[in-house]
Amino acid sequence: MGRTLAEKVWEQHVVRRAEGEPDLLYIDLHLVHEVTSPQAFDGLRMAGRKVRRPDLTIATEDHNVPTLVGPITDPVSKTQVETLRKNCAEFGVRLHPMGDAGQGVVHIIGPQFGLTQPGMTIVCGDSHTSTHGAFGGIAFGIGTSEVEHVLATQTLPAYRPKTMAIEVSGELPAGVTAKDLILAIIAKIGTGGGQGYIVEYRGEAIRKLSMEGRMTVCNMSIEAGARAGMIAPDETTFEYLKGRPHAPGGDAWDAAVEYWKSLTTDEDAVFDAVVEIDASTLTPFVTWGTNPGQGAPLGAAVPVPEETDDPAAARRALEYMGLTAGTPLREIAVDTVFVGSCTNGRLEDLRAVAEVLRGRRVVTRTLIVPGSMLVKLQAEKEGLHEVFKAAGAEWREAGCSMCLGMNPDTLAPGERSASTSNRNFEGRQGKGGRTHLVSPAVAAATAVTGKLTAPADLA
Amino acid sequence: MDAFTTHTGRAVPLRRSNVDTDQIIPAVWLKQVSRTGFDKGLFSAWREDPEFVLNQPAYQGASILVSGPDFGTGSSREHAVWALQQYGFRVVIAARFGDIFRNNSTKMGLLPVVLPAETVEALQSAVEADPAIEVTVDLGERRVRWGGESAGFEIDDYTRWRLMEGLDDIGLTLRNADDIATYENGRQPWLPTTV
Ligand code: SF4
Repeated sequence: MGRTLAEKVWEQHVVRRAEGEPDLLYIDLHLVHEVTSPQAFDGLRMAGRKVRRPDLTIATEDHNVPTLVGPITDPVSKTQVETLRKNCAEFGVRLHPMGDAGQGVVHIIGPQFGLTQPGMTIVCGDSHTSTHGAFGGIAFGIGTSEVEHVLATQTLPAYRPKTMAIEVSGELPAGVTAKDLILAIIAKIGTGGGQGYIVEYRGEAIRKLSMEGRMTVCNMSIEAGARAGMIAPDETTFEYLKGRPHAPGGDAWDAAVEYWKSLTTDEDAVFDAVVEIDASTLTPFVTWGTNPGQGAPLGAAVPVPEETDDPAAARRALEYMGLTAGTPLREIAVDTVFVGSCTNGRLEDLRAVAEVLRGRRVVTRTLIVPGSMLVKLQAEKEGLHEVFKAAGAEWREAGCSMCLGMNPDTLAPGERSASTSNRNFEGRQGKGGRTHLVSPAVAAATAVTGKLTAPADLA
Repeated sequence: MDAFTTHTGRAVPLRRSNVDTDQIIPAVWLKQVSRTGFDKGLFSAWREDPEFVLNQPAYQGASILVSGPDFGTGSSREHAVWALQQYGFRVVIAARFGDIFRNNSTKMGLLPVVLPAETVEALQSAVEADPAIEVTVDLGERRVRWGGESAGFEIDDYTRWRLMEGLDDIGLTLRNADDIATYENGRQPWLPTTV
């Protein structure tokens, strides 16, 4: 019987397999940031262990960093960042600190450097590590104990998850983006729908996505509960990688591409579960509740809790969100628009925002935060920052920012945002803050009108 | 990690679904660089409400959390496990867990027990009817017992063995250091390094 892409990549990385035990899996790349690593490095120190492969490890500062130029003022955040610096120096790990040209959100910089390649296993103490699966590898988030395990051994014991195919047929209509697609998928299968699975996104609509769009889709796999999301590599993938600093060069490139081309699911392979979606029926999609599965097409209304799958959760969500059932989503007024994060903080996302904001003015507080310093540089080369500033938006330094509000960029209690990030959990963007997840294009149009709006609605 | 064989204690019913790790411990608590002091952060936003179940006198000292489905979804933060343990929980029971949370729990010796949704609800109702009821979670027998009731649960043999012995994964893996070295010698030559 044929094998799925996930099975091929998994098998390639099994170091040891024994009856009744999880597989011991080799890890090709370990990404590290300041929040989930300090206790892991401490553990190494206490046990007198080293980092086994510092040359397969890379660290950045992202979660705590302020996005206005200047030092970290919060002493606790500052200690955390300084701890990462000390640990990287002590254990010989490459670090991109604040202010460095290579600094950025951990899931933006891996692909940007060409470190994320097809067929690899990639982990990070961060659930959105699933982003990297867009290149056709297995990439997943781990906790701090596992971070320590990978630092010490470059391996992880793990059971191979089941496989799920999400077949996206048809083409996305104009104005409908990768973000709308993944929000619609999560609303369909639920926040636990992917639990225990590695999801492979397939089909015509997926093949037509750019690498940026594929990363947006894979990024949010975790919001459907999946262990990882992946997309088979193709010409789009190779084109994106070619010439990047850590991509193979010369003969190695040809050998790599030949292998990468074998990384597809065999025709006779069988998935443990299959979900089908017709992309051509989709419209811009937004969330109304407090988990990413509580979403609806922008043209819909806030649902009646009793008509949802989980009425108790929906009632609670509406209360927290300060929404009334039956209100058209387009009538929801927001105070703040946030563009950024590892979901939608890449150049293509900023271009989509600029396209809407060009020649217009924002009426909300609008924060535009590039995912990395390189994205910032590229955007400025294209003059996008001038468009943002002319529209009245704030153009910031790179970091996680209001995606989780560990730095000073937060919502006040009761404040409502339209956000291109990935989580609308209670308090995610600041205690009492209310988050609607949207695409970059919808975020931009919303900033212009002050209510949830699609670009097509603008005169 | 402390070994887990069997635990008897009182339970607290948390009748909510999708309890994500941002609720278990909000991001402001993640700035610490030590592994201790997270108990105060546990459900810190929800605990501001005096009605919240953890604030009710009847449930003080409970060591088993019985939650609605999809507990521990979202962020990979192991701080969620540390916070639950430091508050005094030894076991969390739910119909479904977030994958990363469940992994983190078993690394730290917090036992995640999966029971069918109806059984979880029955247990929640029993605890609500009598908060003093004793609940026993027996890992050896893979069984939860309360009042006259009991329910079996599944957990793979390997994880169960590790938990019952209180074994550290890194130590176990390093017994196979030779296999790792052999594998490393055969890796594809084009794979990137960060140097
Ligand atoms: S941008 Fe948001 S989701 Fe992504 S790594 Fe940062 S905090 Fe996590």
